Amino acid sequence: MSHDKTKKQAELIREISGVNPYKCMKCGKCSASCPSFNEMDIKPHQFVSYVLNDDLEALVNSKSLWKCLSCFACIERCPRDVKPGKLVDAARQLVVRERGGDFLSADEIPEKLDPELPQQLLVSAFRRYRR
Amino acid sequence: MKYSYFPGCTLKTTGASLDRSARLAALALGFELEEIENWQCCGGVYPLGSDEIATKLSSVRALAEAKAKDQELVTLCSACHHVIKRVNDDMKNVDDIRTRANNYMKLDEAYAGETNVLHFLEVLRDRVGFDNLKAKVTNPLKGRKIGAYYGCLLLRPGKIMAFDDPENPTIIEDFIRAIGATPVVYPYRNECCGGYISLNEKDMAKSMCKRIKDSAEGFGAEMLITACPLCMYNLNKTEGGISVRYFTELLCEALGITEEGKAL
Ligand code: SF4
Ligand code: SF4
Ligand code: SF4
Ligand code: SF4
Repeated sequence: MSHDKTKKQAELIREISGVNPYKCMKCGKCSASCPSFNEMDIKPHQFVSYVLNDDLEALVNSKSLWKCLSCFACIERCPRDVKPGKLVDAARQLVVRERGGDFLSADEIPEKLDPELPQQLLVSAFRRYRR
Repeated sequence: MKYSYFPGCTLKTTGASLDRSARLAALALGFELEEIENWQCCGGVYPLGSDEIATKLSSVRALAEAKAKDQELVTLCSACHHVIKRVNDDMKNVDDIRTRANNYMKLDEAYAGETNVLHFLEVLRDRVGFDNLKAKVTNPLKGRKIGAYYGCLLLRPGKIMAFDDPENPTIIEDFIRAIGATPVVYPYRNECCGGYISLNEKDMAKSMCKRIKDSAEGFGAEMLITACPLCMYNLNKTEGGISVRYFTELLCEALGITEEGKAL
């Protein structure tokens, strides 16, 4: 990615998320609260640093984007109101908006369904994984 | 007493027993849930991006209809509640979102967050009152040890949801006491069940749900109750361990409500 594009994307992530990453004091409380911590290659508190350093390449390719559950634990517990879950969501938005990068394609879905599966799951998974 | 009611898509399908038991219990307790006309799915997840408007409009529509009827808006599904409550907060407090949403909607009267959004549990606590509920229980569930499963969406973010203390909630435990049973407090009651991750990563959701069920069982719970069809699904997909019911099903049982002579 070119430097300019990266800078622009970092700004976009800050804008979409409305988060000010400079407030982070690296206490790690977000990562300690995160139920997906073990599954993530970039941990919630590291997410903040990547945005600060304009290191977007790594972020948009991170599998953490698809492991975040939007459980709001980090958002609730962050003592500095940085809300790393919002940054994760903004990066995910960026990927699906820019690349049309659907994480799941339409024909992958039927095999994952079963009769008890609630509507809510499908609707929210669609919102998360596709655009 | 009449409330506007937003059932949501899941309560019309796999979560139908949550809807049915809530309506029956409401009637027995002296209030009525009047369904919003032509409501549309709220989308299931609150759009976190500060530039998203279109995805919030179905919530605004429901909120504006309740306002027009001068009613409070009641929800049951944790996810609907989360989305609608947060969109309402945006409409009240975020100028940019309010202006843009109203420009799209072209309502007779602009909507600015006037409607009060209540989860059914809040109606029980704040409108009916747990003491009054207790007085109406004809079949107290004595001796039943029940764990409350809160999950995420009812509680967080605490400032906006204003449902209960997000780290140490008591509302469902108080509900359990009101229906005559014994609440079991266990550490995982407000941890996430995995939510929509179970579509694609079943194992991850299962390990999260197993932790929740094991934790509750370890502290002596014989069953869990929830307000969320997705929590219900995820917990049930994780074989073994204690059973999971909707809180409204136990409410009906305690109120002695039966359908065609058989228990719900
Ligand atoms: S909890 Fe907040 S302040 Fe602490 S590391 Fe995470 S983002 Fe930074
Ligand atoms: S919102 Fe995402 S990043 Fe934050 S704690 Fe939950 S799963 Fe982790
Ligand atoms: S939250 Fe769920 S059940 Fe509720 S309307 Fe939206 S998707 Fe459907
Ligand atoms: S606990 Fe699970 S389904 Fe329930 S609210 Fe959290 S993620 Fe959603």
